[in-house]
Amino acid sequence: MSLLTTFMSRRNSLGSPVLPFVTILMTLTVLAAIGNLWIPADSALHVSTYTITLLGKYLSFAMLALAVDIVWGYCGILSLGHGAFFALGGYAMGMYLMRQIGSRGVYGDPILPDFMVFLDWDVLPWYWLGMDQFWFAMLMVLLVPGLLAFVFGWLAFHSRVTGVYLSIITQALTYALMLAFFRNEMGFGGNNGLTDFKDLLGFSLQADTTRVALLLCTAGLLAAIFMFSHWVLKSRFGKVIEAIRDGEPRVRFLGYRTDRYKVALFVYSAMIAGIAGALYVPQVGIINPGEFAPLNSIEIVVWVAVGGRGTLYGAVIGALLVNYAKTRFTALMPDGWLFMLGALFVLVTLFLPKGLAGVYGQLITSWKRGRNRDEPPQRNQEATS
Amino acid sequence: MTALSHTAELMRRDQVWPFLQPPAASINVDKDILLYIEDLNLSFDGFKALNNLNLYINDGELRCLIGANGAGKTTLMDVITGKTQCDSGSVFFGQTINLLKYSEADIAELGIGRKFQKPTVFEAQSVFDNLELALKSNKRLLPTLLARLSPSEIDRIDTVLATIGLTDHRFQLAGALSHGQKQWLEIGMLLVSEPRLLLIDEPVAGMTAEETERTAELLTSLAGKHTVVVVEHDMEFVRSIARTVTVLHQGSVLAEGSMDHVQNHPDVIEVYLGEAP
Repeated sequence: MSLLTTFMSRRNSLGSPVLPFVTILMTLTVLAAIGNLWIPADSALHVSTYTITLLGKYLSFAMLALAVDIVWGYCGILSLGHGAFFALGGYAMGMYLMRQIGSRGVYGDPILPDFMVFLDWDVLPWYWLGMDQFWFAMLMVLLVPGLLAFVFGWLAFHSRVTGVYLSIITQALTYALMLAFFRNEMGFGGNNGLTDFKDLLGFSLQADTTRVALLLCTAGLLAAIFMFSHWVLKSRFGKVIEAIRDGEPRVRFLGYRTDRYKVALFVYSAMIAGIAGALYVPQVGIINPGEFAPLNSIEIVVWVAVGGRGTLYGAVIGALLVNYAKTRFTALMPDGWLFMLGALFVLVTLFLPKGLAGVYGQLITSWKRGRNRDEPPQRNQEATS
Repeated sequence: MTALSHTAELMRRDQVWPFLQPPAASINVDKDILLYIEDLNLSFDGFKALNNLNLYINDGELRCLIGANGAGKTTLMDVITGKTQCDSGSVFFGQTINLLKYSEADIAELGIGRKFQKPTVFEAQSVFDNLELALKSNKRLLPTLLARLSPSEIDRIDTVLATIGLTDHRFQLAGALSHGQKQWLEIGMLLVSEPRLLLIDEPVAGMTAEETERTAELLTSLAGKHTVVVVEHDMEFVRSIARTVTVLHQGSVLAEGSMDHVQNHPDVIEVYLGEAP
């Protein structure tokens, strides 16, 4: 029993990032919310609604980065197609928001969204049915990306596709979906996508309170998903996942069916990406096939690489920083951003293989080592100085 | 195979259809033989890695497999553990379980543990975690997600840590261990999984003389409770542990018996020394 206690305490002393992460995240969002709603607009502490929306967008990107980190950082599955799951979740939310417009659209049709009237369609396609119900749409936010990930993952992992080949087919997946969603015949608004949303659950999307509520929702869900993912990845399941990353054949000989573990993790990650997409759409106000673009999915990987793989909080930090930089730099030098992004990726790969989270870890260990080393030879230093 | 022969195979009267079999057939060792390998054939692009190999491993014995490079020792282990499919032949675990029908994970769950030639431990995880992963437990998704170490499991890991001499390195990352320690850790991973049959590929490669001696002691102590099959090049080591030695040559069994018997066997002398006796 004494071993059990030492073991448990040892594990806790490693320092769980959960509590600091959730505290910082929630404090900042609540402060931003107060700054927007209760501090008058002429005060220096006022937070503009634009900033609130921007923060909400960043946080949904952070959630997406978290999803990629779960499969890439912990299981070594480099998915270059996570944008697809994000966009599918976004489309499910967008369809609900379109149905909420009702007769307030340009053409005033109570059932059909504007683009369908424009295309001379008479009836709602079957896959739009039920999307006027919030619970149903939310179910689809989880189920559609989850099902796609399950089918794709089962096929890929069961036939033991790994490494670069897997990355390439995930890329092909998102590209194929992009081409499909660009077609008007698909019934998802084609090139223009879904936009002109009015309200969500009866609350106007233009209202400051709705924006703040969306930001708080995003932050709350991010915190909840972070905690749950942390628990999952610290369980024995998580250890198996890490072991699969480091030596899949060996894990198989231990008696674990690795393909099932990978499929389960991939589906979980795809669902998180779907939720992120569903939170992104009402805050940004539009979803179009551009979200499926392979470039977007690669950008997510850059966020995670910058933040640091395999830590969860690293992915969040990376997503926030890179997106903030993107907002700044695209305003200053619109053409320069892609060069910046490329340079960032190269520099991080060369100098910070563990990302920013790794830098923190390196500093901590070197500080500890330095402190340990300092204690005995302190007299020497005084003597020399 | 033609459709006719498929049908004939399907209608064989000496076996029942798979779906009629009880799901978890227990290992039947009534005849005191744990592993039956019969007429095993496997060729890679025309090269016969296994050639009509017949081998029987008794329950609870310690068997050494020796043979030159390319004799088919590691390939044989690959076939037993399900890593490689053979062309023809049969491998039975006990009298009832046909191993050729199972996947790697199933075979591991049936109680066959394997130590690889090159030590493969999970370097990014601690020694303790490595052993926890190898623990005999339900390895399906949900039970693994909700698994908690029971005190008896921790004791089990603790005992094994003491056996393999890594108690002080419990929370060290496995990647920081020396080569010999990794070999030991991998043997430890086999021990906690409590297998019925241990397949050990070159356990003392890269070990010091003292470590080799301790490994020999450990393996001898395992026999009886477990069945152990060891592949090794080090003749001194084989002599120190072996009761029965099987010599493989070009994918089939050349000789079998005690070490002295094998060393004086004319075929073995011819193959190893390249001259007629």
